[in-house]
Amino acid sequence: MTGRLGYHAGMNTRTRLPWLWILVALIGAFSLAQVAVFRGETVNAAWLLAAAVCIYLLAYRFYAAWIAAKVLCIDPTRATPAERLDNGRDFVTTHRWVVFGHHFAAIAGPGPLIGPTLAAQFGYLPGTLWILAGGVLGGAVQDMVVLFLSTRRDGRSIGQMARDELGNVGGAAALVGTFLIMLILIAVLGLVVVNAMKHSPWATSTVAATIPIALVVGLYLRYLRPGRVLEGTAIGLVLLALAVLGGGWVSTHETLAPLFDHDALPLAGGVIVYGFAAAVLPVWLLLAPRDYLSTFVKLGTVLLLAVCIAVLRPEIHMPAVTQFVDGSGPIFGGKLFPFVFITIACGAISGFHSLISSGTTPKLIASEADIRLVGYGSMLLESLVAVMALTAATVLEPGVYFAINSPAGVVGADLTQAVATISGWGFPVTAAQMQGLAEQMGEATLLSRTGGAPSLAVGMASILSAAFGGGLLALWYHFAIMFEAVFILTTLDAGTRVGRFMLQDMLGNVVPALGRTSWYPSVLLCSALVVAGWGYFLYVGVIDPNGGVNILWPLFGISNQMLASIALAVATGTLVRTGKGRFVWITALPLAWLATITTWAAGQKLFSEDPRVGFLAAARDLADKLAAGVLPPEKAAVAPQLIFNQQLDAVLTTLFVCVLWTVIAAMLLGVQRHLAGTCTRASSEASYVRTRLAGPGAISQ
Amino acid sequence: MNQTLRALLDTVRALTGDDAYERYLLRHQGLHPDLPALTPSEFYASEVERRYSGVARCC
Repeated sequence: MTGRLGYHAGMNTRTRLPWLWILVALIGAFSLAQVAVFRGETVNAAWLLAAAVCIYLLAYRFYAAWIAAKVLCIDPTRATPAERLDNGRDFVTTHRWVVFGHHFAAIAGPGPLIGPTLAAQFGYLPGTLWILAGGVLGGAVQDMVVLFLSTRRDGRSIGQMARDELGNVGGAAALVGTFLIMLILIAVLGLVVVNAMKHSPWATSTVAATIPIALVVGLYLRYLRPGRVLEGTAIGLVLLALAVLGGGWVSTHETLAPLFDHDALPLAGGVIVYGFAAAVLPVWLLLAPRDYLSTFVKLGTVLLLAVCIAVLRPEIHMPAVTQFVDGSGPIFGGKLFPFVFITIACGAISGFHSLISSGTTPKLIASEADIRLVGYGSMLLESLVAVMALTAATVLEPGVYFAINSPAGVVGADLTQAVATISGWGFPVTAAQMQGLAEQMGEATLLSRTGGAPSLAVGMASILSAAFGGGLLALWYHFAIMFEAVFILTTLDAGTRVGRFMLQDMLGNVVPALGRTSWYPSVLLCSALVVAGWGYFLYVGVIDPNGGVNILWPLFGISNQMLASIALAVATGTLVRTGKGRFVWITALPLAWLATITTWAAGQKLFSEDPRVGFLAAARDLADKLAAGVLPPEKAAVAPQLIFNQQLDAVLTTLFVCVLWTVIAAMLLGVQRHLAGTCTRASSEASYVRTRLAGPGAISQ
Repeated sequence: MNQTLRALLDTVRALTGDDAYERYLLRHQGLHPDLPALTPSEFYASEVERRYSGVARCC
């Protein structure tokens, strides 16, 4: 009975089982020391995993429980919106583990897999420490507090809460910020998929096959056996497995293989056309079935990877810290401070989560007592996914890792030259080694496959293959590529659709007809505009000889941290105005940290003289070279577009920083007015209604 | 054992939304038994339409 009341049960545990928590703390401290202090030749990934799990357990048991009880004053007797506004559709009281599953599936996308893989260029330690500290003190707190605030406000969205709390300026900033981050996110994810498919008939044919498979499942779920999600998904999963196998057959087929062997540019065109089609087709036909498949594949693979790492306990070959902390890294330019905090957003703190934690999930929460599990717990699990992605990247030989992830513009397109450059950095790798690896993985080459997906797939394939007795590396590699592509494309479909709704909402203020979300001309126009928006960034990323990811990913990181700052500013302002001022540091400190590193990183992206870091410096550098005529003809042809793009990126960065500080200023002004007693804005919290549900409310009666 | 399996299947069905139509029918019959209910196919189409009209997936 008391099990329902998370924190009360916790109090009992503390008095009964202090030794258990002392043990967890000791194991955690010892593991962390193994990882961070007593590092020998190599460190075992098991220490990393053990340190992470112990820190999560302690944070969940003590910090999250303390926030829930003392700061938020969680009240299980209070009826939640799901109970009060129950409509059988979006407002439904739902079992907490089911809400947890929905929430985790919604927040955990490809972000926590890509960011840590890229940040591994600094070594395994900086990324690990940021994922752990950022996760338990920043991201999980943000998710839980936003979930709580939205639950107390009838499930209002973060945009609406920003308007309530920070005024119209704050609301508008949140809307524009969200729209832009969506475009950049989709572009960078599209680029990751394109880089994984480039000149790989196996990967391309497998990813292409996921589209007809989704259509088959969609038709099955709509007409053959309506709503039988489990059956439809099972059929889809079998077909996906066949698609991975079939891809291997296609890649060796004389006439079929060339059909799926393409340069990056036509593949990007394909992704853009696909994105538009997916956005205008009925949801049940493509988007929904793809999402079912991707959710299953995602959860299954993450679980499988966790078990394999725990069983295999692979050694980490990447040094704890590499020389690239000085900013000379090949994968992206910029020093450890502040760029590791921008590169790893998802997995440590991700502003995007505030869109799910408000608006969607609160409408399912049956009792306020579930908020800690759903809000804080889900984020810890995503953080663990990030730790595993980092593990998969760092168990690779560092030379191999850099050969896969460094763009051709940095190490050269020629294999002999590239391995010589990388070996020269002190990470030995040979041409024969890279060729052998590519052969094992069933690819023509793995050199300069930027974006993180291929190197993660190589890492996953070696872990999964070893766990299943070795062999079948090519199959595991392409399974991993399919796994990443499937949910990247889901994010792309769903994101384009949401972007369309946002655009219709914004344009509807000017031309009311465009605001009608189901009016087909408006659907077509706004979808086309959204696709053109991210398609542009994808196109420039593809033609950029430095790979594009090194430009787009920091931009995405900055925008995502800006969104997190908006969410934390709303939370901070609300805590002060609801009389929780003395605990305000729980969100104010992460906010201060994010505002500092985001502004710092943005400043570097704008003003750094290093063309590998600064957008404007890169534009100037390229313009000078173009004028001097020292560029090879193929680079000179695209240089004007690249120069314009760097300038556009500088404008966007400036915009993000302006939005960030506008929101913080609005929050501080509100806090100052509240403290001076001149604030007249009423609280938007819904008034107390006692729950009628059996459980927590009944207990205290 | 049978009961455990049943509970597990129910949880999986709830997680995936496999049981959404059954829950809808139950509720519909409780609230307005006189009105005709949506067919499974209509219900499914409108349900996915609703679900993907907001932010459903993250980065």
